[in-house]
Amino acid sequence: MGIALSVLRRFHGGVHPPENKAISAGAAIEVMPLAKRLFVPLHQHFGAPCEAVVQTGEKVLKGQILGQPQGFVSSPVHAPTSGTVVSLEEFPVHHPSGLPMLCAILEPDGEDRWLPGLKGLEDPEKAEPAAIRRLIQDAGIVGLGGATFPSFIKMSPPKGKVAELLLINGVECEPYLTCDARLMEERAGGIVEGIRIMLRALQTGECVIGIEDNKPAAVKAMEVAAKADGGRIRVVRLPVMYPQGSEKQLIEVVTGRQVPSGGLPVDVGVIVHNVGTALAIRDAVREGKPLISRVVTVSGRGIQRPANLEVRIGTPVQDLVDHCGGLKPGVVKLVSGGPMMGVAIHTTRAPVVKGTSGILALLAEEVPASREQGCIRCGHCLQACPMSLMPNEMAWLARHELLDKLAEHDLFDCIECGSCSYVCPASIPLVQYFRFGKFAIRNRDQEKKKQEISRARTLAKEARVAREQEEKERKKAEMKAGMAAKKKAQVEQVPDPSAVPSVSATAPAGEAKSASVAAVPGGDDKAERAARAAKSAAAAKAAKAAKAARQAKDAE
Amino acid sequence: MNQEKWVVGTSPHVHSGDSVPQVMQTVIWALMPAAVLSVLVFGWAALLVMIVTTLSAVLTEEVVTRMRGRSSAIGDRSAALTGLLLAMTLPPHTPWWVCVVGGAFAILIGKHLYGGLGHNPFNPALISRVFLLISFPVEMTYWPHPTPLFGDSGLSLSQAFGVIFGGHYPPGMLVDAITGATPLGQYRIEVGLGKSVQEALGGSYGFDYFKATGGMIGGSLGETSAVLLLLGGFYMMYRRLFTWHVPVSMLVGCLAPATIFYLVNPDHYPDPFFHLVTGGLILGAFFMATDMVTSPVTARGQLIFGACCGLLTYIIRTWGGYPEGVSFAIVIMNSAVPLIDQFTRPTVYGKAKNSKK
Repeated sequence: MGIALSVLRRFHGGVHPPENKAISAGAAIEVMPLAKRLFVPLHQHFGAPCEAVVQTGEKVLKGQILGQPQGFVSSPVHAPTSGTVVSLEEFPVHHPSGLPMLCAILEPDGEDRWLPGLKGLEDPEKAEPAAIRRLIQDAGIVGLGGATFPSFIKMSPPKGKVAELLLINGVECEPYLTCDARLMEERAGGIVEGIRIMLRALQTGECVIGIEDNKPAAVKAMEVAAKADGGRIRVVRLPVMYPQGSEKQLIEVVTGRQVPSGGLPVDVGVIVHNVGTALAIRDAVREGKPLISRVVTVSGRGIQRPANLEVRIGTPVQDLVDHCGGLKPGVVKLVSGGPMMGVAIHTTRAPVVKGTSGILALLAEEVPASREQGCIRCGHCLQACPMSLMPNEMAWLARHELLDKLAEHDLFDCIECGSCSYVCPASIPLVQYFRFGKFAIRNRDQEKKKQEISRARTLAKEARVAREQEEKERKKAEMKAGMAAKKKAQVEQVPDPSAVPSVSATAPAGEAKSASVAAVPGGDDKAERAARAAKSAAAAKAAKAAKAARQAKDAE
Repeated sequence: MNQEKWVVGTSPHVHSGDSVPQVMQTVIWALMPAAVLSVLVFGWAALLVMIVTTLSAVLTEEVVTRMRGRSSAIGDRSAALTGLLLAMTLPPHTPWWVCVVGGAFAILIGKHLYGGLGHNPFNPALISRVFLLISFPVEMTYWPHPTPLFGDSGLSLSQAFGVIFGGHYPPGMLVDAITGATPLGQYRIEVGLGKSVQEALGGSYGFDYFKATGGMIGGSLGETSAVLLLLGGFYMMYRRLFTWHVPVSMLVGCLAPATIFYLVNPDHYPDPFFHLVTGGLILGAFFMATDMVTSPVTARGQLIFGACCGLLTYIIRTWGGYPEGVSFAIVIMNSAVPLIDQFTRPTVYGKAKNSKK
């Protein structure tokens, strides 16, 4: 029964960096006091940014919507506490680009008063799946493992696809991070409740929780909680290997199936959610609470008092650091997230967002800096790559901007886990090359599209001008013909003026025309030819324009 | 405490700590037991050959990197390793000028001409050995008997200097008396004259498997102890420099046909164990064919590469124009590496043709 394997597989490659989890693993989750000011970015998820729906100076309540989602793949942003919106402005956030982002800056009033009327479902396990999804969507829940993909989308499998297995990701394969481990240890019951709600929404009965076996306490707690539920939920221990917490790798390990390139986990019948997300879903569906806080690991050898903090979204990193006793001397790097895939922070003013799983203060000894050398073709990157790519060749292609070849080498299958860079003895920043390559290809494609559109426009304009010209020519020719006919009529009128009325009155148009041709053969012929030429040219151009427009449309 | 001076950079922020010099150093360590043994077996002359060849390679590296306007690269130890590896393929009494030319050729022509470390298609040490063998056949096929360092028959340090740098042996030492054919050479010559393998290697030649395995036979510096070379090979695999694919497939590629032919006609073809412990098969399989730069990067490619190296070795040893074929086999296969890489690309996750749904 079911698609989960009884014997686990291994995924290809992977690395095993020093785990460094002991630094913060023993610290129970503490609720961090409210910050003096909260900086809530309006774009904290994968997808389209939110639009602000509050004004500067407006008083808001805890859980009130600050940013309304735009488009389908988006997620609302809520006020983490009650207070006043003092400003809506660009503010530094954790983003690889280092660019600021529109934030709602909130001054808490200290009352921490909930928005009235937030209500969950009495008995979610009997509720309509659509109702559950609605609550998840409205609560602004996104993947808390770090990918921040809006969760409600994952809860609605596309037509024709069936979710056979709900796979709960408690792997936490990133070194240092312990927030998920602590959640499983301390709030296993809530996680299982969340799982039950998700099983209801997905209309499936099978669930596996994957946990690496360097977290025995979490495994135990989850096993106890799962048992209390009955036999539906199975906890599996996985041998420690990075990046096992990556969706695709976890699916391969647990089910033996591979998500097709460019496809979704549901293509192989699996839906993956992080343990933190499960808990957030429980809060949203049972109590109607939006996602306004999360657990963040504060760790690294450069922090005075490592901790796992439950933090309101929007709390500046500096507050977390201060709460943990400050930094030790010698910290060279601050990282938001794990050391393998996290983002280096350039300022501690930046706030915690929905995707912030950790804040790491790293000493020089933890982040060795070395100069990039030439590739010695050792092949360690191939051995490490969990996607079975050839990082050595891809880096070479990216370096020389051979973009077509790069795409052929399956660049877009790279999950940027960093395993290749981690093992490279020549310290080649392989992942950076791949990010550059992806950017360059997307950029080029966009430029191409733009060019095609503008080319289609130019051709359309040319065709229109030609059409107008042709129209003019035709009118001119007609006028000329008319004038010539008049002239001829006048000429004919001279010998027998009495005959004219009868001719103009009775002669059919065709006759008049032939008469006009006969009258001024040279001139008229020329005019006709010009008109014909203009017409055919215009037709050719119009056909070309139409073709270009079609192509542009196809490209889109 | 608002210093705001953090190092920024893209992920990953941690690193395994592996480095190119470390890789090279590991290979040098792995080579050490066999190198020390070769000095013990062949005397001071062997040490001089190693020093002169390595120095030549390192100096050439320094000069060439400067000429190319690059920062000094001798720190990465790849040149020292190339020199040492080349020395291991040379006869124990190689004249100094052959050593110097060999070391310089390996670095200049074998490596920098193609763009430096990582860009050379051929193993620099082997391409240089092949060059020396073709250019200086006399000097390169001059095989003294083992003369243990602390034995009575060996050369003293000053006598060794005379041999390597002056080309003259101490009075009373007859060149013919101290040299002889290598087992592979002996087999080819005598079997070519119509003798059986047993007649060729037995009798006055007195081939002894035990001695061969331990390294007490004539040959290049690195063609000595199978046991110590294997030890070094396992050490490198333990340190994850390379996987089993190349060495094992190369040994199988050579020993499988050897076994077949031996079973068909043991008089004409020596047994596989003979092939294993004589000549440079183990040195080649673990130290030369595994050269990262000049071997395929995928496991499948490495199997093909290794098997072909082994097969070519056996073909050259048995029917070729030279008694030993390891260098030629590996250099020939080096040239096929880009092709092998092309055809053995791994199946990307999620792109398997028959991926089950």
